[in-house]
Amino acid sequence: MRITQGTFSFLPELTDKEIRAQVDYALSQGWAISVEYTDDPHPRNFYWEMWGNPMFDLKDGAGAMMEILACRKAHPKIYIRVNAFDSTRGFETTRLSFIVNRPAEEPGFALKRTETGGRNIQYTIESYAAQSPEGRRYS
Amino acid sequence: MNELEDLNELVDLEALLAESQVDEVLDELETELIGLKPVKARVREIASLLLIERARKSLGLDGGSPSLHMSFTGNPGTGKTTVAMRMAQVLHRLGYARKGHLVAVTRDDLVGQYIGHTAPKTKDILKKAMGGVLFIDEAYYLYRPENERDYGQEAIEILLQVMETQRDDLVVVVAGYADRMETFFRSNPGLSSRIAHHLEFPDYSAEELELIAQRMLAQMQYRLSATGIAALREYIPLRMRRPHFANARSIRNALDRARLRQANRLFGQKSARLTRDQLMTIEGEDLRASRVFS
Repeated sequence: MRITQGTFSFLPELTDKEIRAQVDYALSQGWAISVEYTDDPHPRNFYWEMWGNPMFDLKDGAGAMMEILACRKAHPKIYIRVNAFDSTRGFETTRLSFIVNRPAEEPGFALKRTETGGRNIQYTIESYAAQSPEGRRYS
Repeated sequence: MNELEDLNELVDLEALLAESQVDEVLDELETELIGLKPVKARVREIASLLLIERARKSLGLDGGSPSLHMSFTGNPGTGKTTVAMRMAQVLHRLGYARKGHLVAVTRDDLVGQYIGHTAPKTKDILKKAMGGVLFIDEAYYLYRPENERDYGQEAIEILLQVMETQRDDLVVVVAGYADRMETFFRSNPGLSSRIAHHLEFPDYSAEELELIAQRMLAQMQYRLSATGIAALREYIPLRMRRPHFANARSIRNALDRARLRQANRLFGQKSARLTRDQLMTIEGEDLRASRVFS
């Protein structure tokens, strides 16, 4: 099951050239680029591992691309996303975030039903991948 | 039909030149910077090379991107940083630096304080400089032969790697005093061989320094009185003979001190009204109070 988190996730995978164009756009808006990775694709997992510090004061996308490619080289089989952070007062938040790398095979999620009082059902999802320990998923 | 065979194909150099607007920057360089003849000539040469390279590319002749890393050697205050800034603009106009900004750093910005601190720090600076020019002032401080565990070497290695692999993204300019740069290059042959253009900045002559002083004053909206000009003319050769003479920088400092004295003099007059002329004029006595004359 293809994970659809962040911008462009319903489009075919972005090529490096397209990623670069998005990064350049973000920089032209004055946003800071950061690279993050994870092997836990749960939609409520907001805190991915940081690949280095967010890159403030970049003028050109080449530097950010260098980090994206380095991260992809180190973690070729897990999820990597690129965030663009807007520090403008009033925003102070991520303005753009998209996935730039994903595992070849995404096993998807199991739907768990828990019966509670009054025969109510609570639903929860659990990633099949996340059932194995961290670092050994998607290997 | 073979395009490469068509030796009579035309390319409009004038149009390319006009389009790049590089002439403007070169003319500015010519008029705004005094002296520095060999440097200006070299900058012009590099600009022509790049322009021709672009013309060739438009006809499909690809010679590979030329190596643009440079070294600026010269005594303090000879205009290395200023020229680097202009160089960034020239490269930008010709399409060789996408953003055309200048990131000026010294050893402290590249080298870390403990193990594992240097690489991220150097990479950070390199990333910031991409699309523009990285200007490393007093580059020889990166290499400290007396301490073999010095982290400077690590910074140099990262620098070399990026200089080689990302030639399109970044132009590195290393700068410093001539003699120390020479030893630096000798002990880092890898660096020296990756630098294609060595520009030497000559010292200014007394006449050039006088012109520079006049220009600096005009920029600060001051002017010299007749006695002021005479004093400056005497001052410059005297200052040039003093130790730690730093060309244009010394002149700037001298002028700043003269401004101080002028302000003090005007304040000491205690006249309630000052004319515009009084506020703008630096008199001979403002300069003559300098230590150099004693």
